[in-house]
Amino acid sequence: MSTFKKMMEKTALPLFSNKTILISTGSDAMTEKSKTEKAKISWKSKDCLGLRGVSRDEIELVLNTARSMKEIHSRTVKKVPPLRGKVAVSLFYEPSTRTRTSFELAATRLSADVISIAASTSSVVKGETIIDTANNLRVMGTDVIIMRHNLAGAPHHLARNIDIPVINAGDGTNEHPTQALLDMFTIREHKGQLEGLTVAIVGDIIHGRVAHSDMWGLLTMGAKVRFVGPPTLIPESVKDFGVEVYHNLDEALEGVDVINMLRIQRERMTKNFFPSSKEYSRIFGLNMERLKRCKPGVLVMHPGPINRGVEIDSDVADCKSSVILEQVTNGIAVRMALLYLLVSGEKETHEKTTDSTPSLFE
Amino acid sequence: MGRKPKENSMNILIQNARVLNPAAGADQTADILIEDGRIAKIGPSIRAKEAKAIDATGLWLLPGLIDIHVHLREPGFEGKETIQSGTRAAAAGGITSLACMGNTNPPIDNQTGVDFILERVAATGIVRVYPVGAITKGMESCEIAPIGEMVEAGAVAICDEQGIMDSQVMRRAMEYSTIFHIPVLSHAEDFALSQDGFIHEGQMAVKLGLISQPAEAEAIQVARDLLLAKKTGAQVHITHISTAESVDLLRFYKKKGVNATGETAPHYLLLTDESTEDFNTNAKVNPPLRTKEDQDALFEGLRDGAIDCIASDHFPWSCEDKNVEFPMAPSGVIGLETLLPVMMNQILERSGMELAPLLRLVTDKPAKILGIPGGVLQEGEPADLTLWDPAPRYKIDKNQFYSKSKNTLFDGWEMKGRVARTFVGGKLVYDYDKGFLE
Repeated sequence: MSTFKKMMEKTALPLFSNKTILISTGSDAMTEKSKTEKAKISWKSKDCLGLRGVSRDEIELVLNTARSMKEIHSRTVKKVPPLRGKVAVSLFYEPSTRTRTSFELAATRLSADVISIAASTSSVVKGETIIDTANNLRVMGTDVIIMRHNLAGAPHHLARNIDIPVINAGDGTNEHPTQALLDMFTIREHKGQLEGLTVAIVGDIIHGRVAHSDMWGLLTMGAKVRFVGPPTLIPESVKDFGVEVYHNLDEALEGVDVINMLRIQRERMTKNFFPSSKEYSRIFGLNMERLKRCKPGVLVMHPGPINRGVEIDSDVADCKSSVILEQVTNGIAVRMALLYLLVSGEKETHEKTTDSTPSLFE
Repeated sequence: MGRKPKENSMNILIQNARVLNPAAGADQTADILIEDGRIAKIGPSIRAKEAKAIDATGLWLLPGLIDIHVHLREPGFEGKETIQSGTRAAAAGGITSLACMGNTNPPIDNQTGVDFILERVAATGIVRVYPVGAITKGMESCEIAPIGEMVEAGAVAICDEQGIMDSQVMRRAMEYSTIFHIPVLSHAEDFALSQDGFIHEGQMAVKLGLISQPAEAEAIQVARDLLLAKKTGAQVHITHISTAESVDLLRFYKKKGVNATGETAPHYLLLTDESTEDFNTNAKVNPPLRTKEDQDALFEGLRDGAIDCIASDHFPWSCEDKNVEFPMAPSGVIGLETLLPVMMNQILERSGMELAPLLRLVTDKPAKILGIPGGVLQEGEPADLTLWDPAPRYKIDKNQFYSKSKNTLFDGWEMKGRVARTFVGGKLVYDYDKGFLE
């Protein structure tokens, strides 16, 4: 047995091999029958660029892996070795506190070395293309690039031009897949499943990368999605994908299991998407009165950072129904899962080579 | 018009070709005699001892194509295309006349600019090139450019490639242009609606999370320019029509007697916003690729005459220009070398049109819009001819292009038939087997 496998057993993680995990199709209490129905599932792409086109099996794989990862969080020593010797680079072309910290903690807990690069300007302004920047990092031994960019499609552009995994940590107005994965993880923890649930996503849909990733993920998982906001912020074509569109918050909240309030960016006002944050708050803000009319057990979510008093009132953000801080905790588990699935693949071959090659460092 | 009279004086007899003259609906197997750069005779079994005979059995002889919307990029962007490389690409595509747009660096907005283009054409070009001047100085949409001196120097039309938002400027330009009897080419785009949008507003924009622009950004300006044409009596030509509404508007105002014409491009006929999948920057064009419904309306426009011609809107960009993040990528595709093949294959098939009316869209009709010769196979006309070999089956390979740029959307498309030879003014300028004949 390789050192790697021994280490994995000590961590009480399920025994993974080559990005493939055995998952049960039934509940946690595995019957003999369900054990035999175990399906061999793997994350298909080299990268994680978005949730559009990602299969239900793949999403379940990440969520199930994240469950094991979350367990590590409750330990006194919050660190396991599967990415030992790997290098993760977070390449952020746009400021971020939560997502970046979350990714870096996730990689650190898996024992990867983490390098963090804040690129203040877009590659074009800087004069070097993101491909060149990333290739420089690659030849320095980087195993995965976690990238945030202000332009939609930037991680896709990079992923096409580089042979190491790229994880999208938010690309402009397009997607933010790990946020949606942690949203789904959180919902599943509370509701047991995603299939058949109704999720209202309220706010700036047109510019909302969280809204987009949530939509693709939730629809794939069999949930119903309602987009709520002024028509200026919801593209007409979302209806073609099976999303219900509401312009009245009270109607939209009827019977929903989850409410996801999106951050409203103040700069949208200057472009006439809505007249003022005061008016937005009045029409689309979530207050206690509205929450009380919702179905019992409704979950209140928010990807952060919160504009208290704009899209969500303080008492709602801090109430019992709110799982906003749980989302943040779960974000680490989900990102650990994804990093593990994308990066640990060649680990064993790597170990074997070092085993067979005498080394000064053995 | 011939540049090398000595060679042109050599007489050529093309024998036994399928001779197509779309303007007259003529389709016959015949010989064609070229004397002094002109078509001297068309008919069966012509005898001409002095002429060099070319056996064209099994080949089709068409009027050389006329492409009225081409960006040759010279001066200023010679790394992407030059007059030399662009006219070679045109010849290889069976195009014998083209109108080149003036959005170069500097823009062609005065006589010197037009002179420069024509001098470079004379020195390096191998097909006929007709310069299009700017409507406004510097293409800045403020002051009208010296249209008169440009026309005198050889400009055949005027166009501001980035469009003119100020309706007063457009109105004055149209009124003023009527002195010179040249068309005003309208780049119809309402920037307030389009400026933030990278692709067409529809399903694909949702899929890619890209900020988009509505079809109305084009149609609103089409409506404006048709209204201004009606008011001023100017000859207006709407370039690169991409939306159903624009076709309807053009049809409507033509019926009202407005002196207007319009063009579309193969990519709008054959591709939709679906091509932008995976942030494919080659599919970034302006106006953006639209929907199946728009395509159907464009084809309807071709069939009923609402749209007058098809132009390539050949717009070369280097691989470095295009291999960037989608929102940063410049708009445009090349098309000189694929225009005739896609016309003869995919466009012919999808339009359901007969060959002759379809070919008129790239021969006599565009010639008439610009008031330039060519586009017909008639005795006495300049011998601008394209020999088409209908037999070979192959796939488009962008690496075989003569254009300096490779930003095509038709790479890998299956074609039947290719350009075998191209004659300009009776001179063989391109031969598929031998390349260019200097």
